Amino acid sequence: MDKRVGDLATAVAPITDGASIMIGGFGSSGIPFGLIDALLEQGASGLTVISNNAGAGETGIAKLLKAGRVARVVCSYPRSPGSIWFEKRYEAGEIDLEVVPQGTLAERIRAAGAGIGGFLTPTGYGTRLAEGKETREIEGRGYVMEMPLAADFALVRAEAGDRWGNLSFHATARNFNPVMAMAADHAIAEVRQVATGALDPESVVTPGIFVDCVVEYGARP
Amino acid sequence: MTQSQTQTKPQAAGADGLTRLSDAQLAARVAQDIPDGSYVNLGIGKPTHVAGYVPEGREVIYHSENGIIGVGPTPPEGEEDLELIDASKRYVTAAPGAAYFDHPDSFAMMRGGHIDIAVLGAYQVAESGDIANWATLDEKFPPAVGGAMDLVAGVKTILVMMRHVNKDGSPKLLERCTYPLTGLGVVSRVYTDLAVLDVTPEGFRLVELTPGNDLEAVQALTGAKILT
Repeated sequence: MDKRVGDLATAVAPITDGASIMIGGFGSSGIPFGLIDALLEQGASGLTVISNNAGAGETGIAKLLKAGRVARVVCSYPRSPGSIWFEKRYEAGEIDLEVVPQGTLAERIRAAGAGIGGFLTPTGYGTRLAEGKETREIEGRGYVMEMPLAADFALVRAEAGDRWGNLSFHATARNFNPVMAMAADHAIAEVRQVATGALDPESVVTPGIFVDCVVEYGARP
Repeated sequence: MTQSQTQTKPQAAGADGLTRLSDAQLAARVAQDIPDGSYVNLGIGKPTHVAGYVPEGREVIYHSENGIIGVGPTPPEGEEDLELIDASKRYVTAAPGAAYFDHPDSFAMMRGGHIDIAVLGAYQVAESGDIANWATLDEKFPPAVGGAMDLVAGVKTILVMMRHVNKDGSPKLLERCTYPLTGLGVVSRVYTDLAVLDVTPEGFRLVELTPGNDLEAVQALTGAKILT
């Protein structure tokens, strides 16, 4: 078994028009910048992007938005300082937006990866974000039914990976990356360093069974 | 040393005769109520300043939703780790005893009731403890919720720090919120520049007035009855 590929372009080659893509990262940390750039080059459009943020400045997801490749965004916090391309596309009515509370976003993704058919959470109960959703009272507390969120692809960023797809992470760059790898049909990992042998099993955070492709991209943001 | 000893003296009374705490003084006031040994989440923006004023001798562990518990001070310039940030996207350090984790675990800490205190800003707080802090009525701006709803749903004690009134003078403490809600009946205590109020089953109850203020003047700037 060898999940390594030699370059970013090969890694993103399977992505097609209209695909749903989870993209890891929070703020500027743990974003697979190399894979996003390669996806931009590759040209797939009409994409659904599932990520915590919607890019900032001229980097990462903002590049895909600027190039008009994104049809739909599912995220918790699209509006942050410098998220000009998201705001432009949103104001022009060019993208469909689904805002999901951050913990619910993580858990919906986890549910998809873990084979859970939905779950009840107190988050958002009684608010606008629960409108139209099934609710239930358990021991006097209100809960909202939330459904799993899967994707065709995940683009994740890790510190190190090996040929079996095992991944380890650095500091707060972990964030959504491990759970997104679980929930996508085809998870592509950009790693700062591909190990010459195997990662120490004690240091593996994302077991290789969740990862389909590993590519080295040494640069850090 | 902490800054709390030097900056808690309220500012002189303004033209309306009211004495207001500065943002730093307000952060210092909130910090006095953070007990030793607490696990605390500080909301983005002004609440992050509370950490600088926790009295000496207390060990408080700070959680940040993006995957660290044990957030340490800002690193010296040039020593930033670009992949070590907090929820406000500022560079931070890991304090001794810190741990990193992914988003499902981070939100299990919040939603699962493991975090003792969250300090949040707000647009509005109602006498029932409802809080509105994620969206206004201005439809021009795309909605952005982040972790606000998860925090108020699961953290044991929700403290709010905010100005007592809006820039136009309209009250932020109300009988009912008019902005979209973040959570219902979740706020324990509100710290403003003018007063500290507890949320009780009967409504807002006065804990203290900023020294120099009288209740009548503060009540006039409050959209709900203040009980004493």
